[in-house]
Amino acid sequence: MSQKQNLYGVLAEFPSAPSIYHACEKVRDKGFKHWDAHTPFPVHGLEKAMGLKASIVPWIVLVMGLSGAAGGMTLQWWISTQAYPLAISAKPFFSWQAFVPVTFELGVLLGSFGAVFGMLFINRLPMWYHALFRSARFEKVTDDKFFISIEARDPKFDATATSKMLTELGATHVELVEQ
Amino acid sequence: METSVTLANLEEHVDKRSPLVLGKETFASVTNTVAHPMEMKTPKAWWICFLIALSGLGVLGASIGYLFWEGVGVWGLNNRVGWAWDITNFVFWVGIGHAGTLISAILFLFRQKWRTSINRAAEAMTIFAVICALVFPGIHVGRVWVAYWLFPIPNQMAMWPNFRSPLLWDVFAVSTYFTVSTLFWFVGLIPDLATFRDRSKGVRKFVYGLFALGWRGSHRHWLNYERAYLILAALSTPLVLSVHTIVSFDFATSQLPGWHATIFPPYFVAGAIFSGFAMVINLMIICRWVFKLEHLVTMRHFENMAKIILLTGSIVGYAYAMEFFIAWYSGNPYERYIFVSRATGPYAWAYWTMITCNVIIPQLFWVRKVRTNLWALFIISVFVNIGMWFERFVIIVTSLHRTFLPSSWAYFQPTIIDISTFIGSFGLFFTLFLLFVRFLPIVAIAEVKTVMPEADPHGHDHGHKHATGGAH
Repeated sequence: MSQKQNLYGVLAEFPSAPSIYHACEKVRDKGFKHWDAHTPFPVHGLEKAMGLKASIVPWIVLVMGLSGAAGGMTLQWWISTQAYPLAISAKPFFSWQAFVPVTFELGVLLGSFGAVFGMLFINRLPMWYHALFRSARFEKVTDDKFFISIEARDPKFDATATSKMLTELGATHVELVEQ
Repeated sequence: METSVTLANLEEHVDKRSPLVLGKETFASVTNTVAHPMEMKTPKAWWICFLIALSGLGVLGASIGYLFWEGVGVWGLNNRVGWAWDITNFVFWVGIGHAGTLISAILFLFRQKWRTSINRAAEAMTIFAVICALVFPGIHVGRVWVAYWLFPIPNQMAMWPNFRSPLLWDVFAVSTYFTVSTLFWFVGLIPDLATFRDRSKGVRKFVYGLFALGWRGSHRHWLNYERAYLILAALSTPLVLSVHTIVSFDFATSQLPGWHATIFPPYFVAGAIFSGFAMVINLMIICRWVFKLEHLVTMRHFENMAKIILLTGSIVGYAYAMEFFIAWYSGNPYERYIFVSRATGPYAWAYWTMITCNVIIPQLFWVRKVRTNLWALFIISVFVNIGMWFERFVIIVTSLHRTFLPSSWAYFQPTIIDISTFIGSFGLFFTLFLLFVRFLPIVAIAEVKTVMPEADPHGHDHGHKHATGGAH
C-alpha cells in the first residue's frame, strides 16, 4: 500500500461528456463508494451512470411549503380574531377567502427557502476550502474539463491501482491530491 | 448589424432541430465569450452610460429626499386623484419584471431550451425592475417613517394590519416575488460565479469565490441543484401569475367604475408579460451588440420574443375591447360613462396613445421581416413600453378623476417632482443593470453548455469507441 496519511484521493481528468459518462459507469460497477464526478454543467443522466439515488430536496420543499401556508393562515386567523379584530362591513372576523392570497404567498416563500437552503445544506455548501482546489488543473472543471475524484477513505482505494484503472478508463491526466 | 450566420437557425426542418448556439462554439469558447465583459478593460461607453445612469439615480435620491422633507403635496395629486404617477410607476415596473420570471421559470418548465441564452439577463432585469417598483409604494405612504406598519410586526400600540385589504396582499406578493426571484437568480449564478472565480485573480477571485460558495461541479451537488432549480421554477410560475393578479386586485376589488372588473387578473398578467418582453428585447439588443454575443443570442431568440409580444399584445387589445363591451352590456350608467370618457374625455390623448402603442404598432410583428430586423424590434419595443405605461396611467387616473360626484371632478397634472422621480427610477434600474453586465455572467454559462451537441453523453464526437457502453 502506497497510501499516505494525508492523501485526499486521486483526481482524473476526462476530455468530454461521453468519456466521463462511460468511466463513471465502470467506477460504479467496481463498487466504489466515496467518489464523485465533477463537470462544468450537469451532464444528462450522469446520476444513473454513477448509481446515485434521487434527491430529497422535493420533500424538504413540501414540508416547508406546507408549514409556510399553514403558518400564514394561522397568523391571519390569530391577528383577525384574537389580537386585533376589525369589524369591517359586517364581514366575519375569520373571512378565510380573503386570507388565501397571503397564505399562498407565504407557502411559496417558505417552499423556496426550503429548495435553496435545503439544497445547500444537503450539498454541504458553502464550503470554501476543499482538497480538490489544491489541483491547478481542477480550475478547468468550471470551463471545459471533466473529472472523477476517488477518495482515499474508500475501502477499495489504492493509490497506484486506482490511478491505473482511471487511466485505462480513458483519463487524459491522473494526479494524487493531498488533504 | 446582421451577418448571414445569425440567420441560420430561423428555418425549421422536420428531421432535425435548429441549433440554439451558432457557429463553431466549444465549451471553452462559450466560457471565454461570456467572461469577456468581466475581463476586458472597462470600455469608455460603459463609463459614459454608467455616469448618466448614476446621475439619474441622483435625481431619484434628490426627488425622494424633497418628497420626504415636504410631504406628498410636492406631487400633482389632488383631492380627487389620490393615486397617479406613483402607482402607475409601481405597476409599470412590476410588470416589466414579469417577463424575466416567465423566461426563467415558465419557459423552463415547458422545456423551451432557447431560453438559456437570455434567461440570466432577463432575471437580472426582473430583480432590478422589482427594486424600482418597491420604491414607489414605499414612498407614497406619506409618513414613510412608519412604513413598517405594512408588515405584521409586533409593536407598542398592539396594532395589526387588516388582512382583508388587497393592499396588504400586495405587500406580501411583491416582497415574496422579490425574495424568490433573487434566490432563483442566485442559485442559477452559483456555477457561473465558480467559473469566474477560477478565471480571475486576487480580490476578484476572493469575491467571486465567496459568492460561489465553494462550488466544485460535483455531480452529487448537481443532482440536488437541478432538482432545487426545477422546483424553484415550479414555485415561481404560480407566484408570478399571483403577483400581477394581486396587483390587479388593488383595483378590481374596489367599487370604482373602470376598476371593478373580473377581467383584470388575466388582462394585467398578459400586459405585464407584454411590456417585460419588450424591455428584454431592448436590453438584449444592446448587450448583444456591445459584448458580441451574436452566436449565443441569435435572431431566433428575438423572433420568438416578438411572437410572444404579438400574442400578449393581442390579448391586451382583446381585453380593451371586452372592457368596452361589458361596460355597454352591463347597462350600468357609471361604468358606461367612464369608458366613453376614457376614449373621448380630457384624457382621450392618453387613451389613444395607449391604443396606438399597444394594439396597433405590435401588429407589425405579423411580418417576419419586421420580427427579424433589429431596428424594428428595438423601436417597436420602446413603443410597447410607452403604451404599457399609459395603460396603467389611463386605468388609474381616468377612473379617479371623474367619479360618482361631479362636483369633485378634477384634472390631474404631474409636477416636476412626479416626472423627476419617474426618470430617476430609470437611473436606478440602469445603474444596477450596468453593474450587472460589467461584473456578472450575463449569459448562463453552464446552462448554455447543456444545449450544445457536445454535451450529449451519448453523442457521436467521442462516441465511436464507447458506442456499446451507452445503454442505460
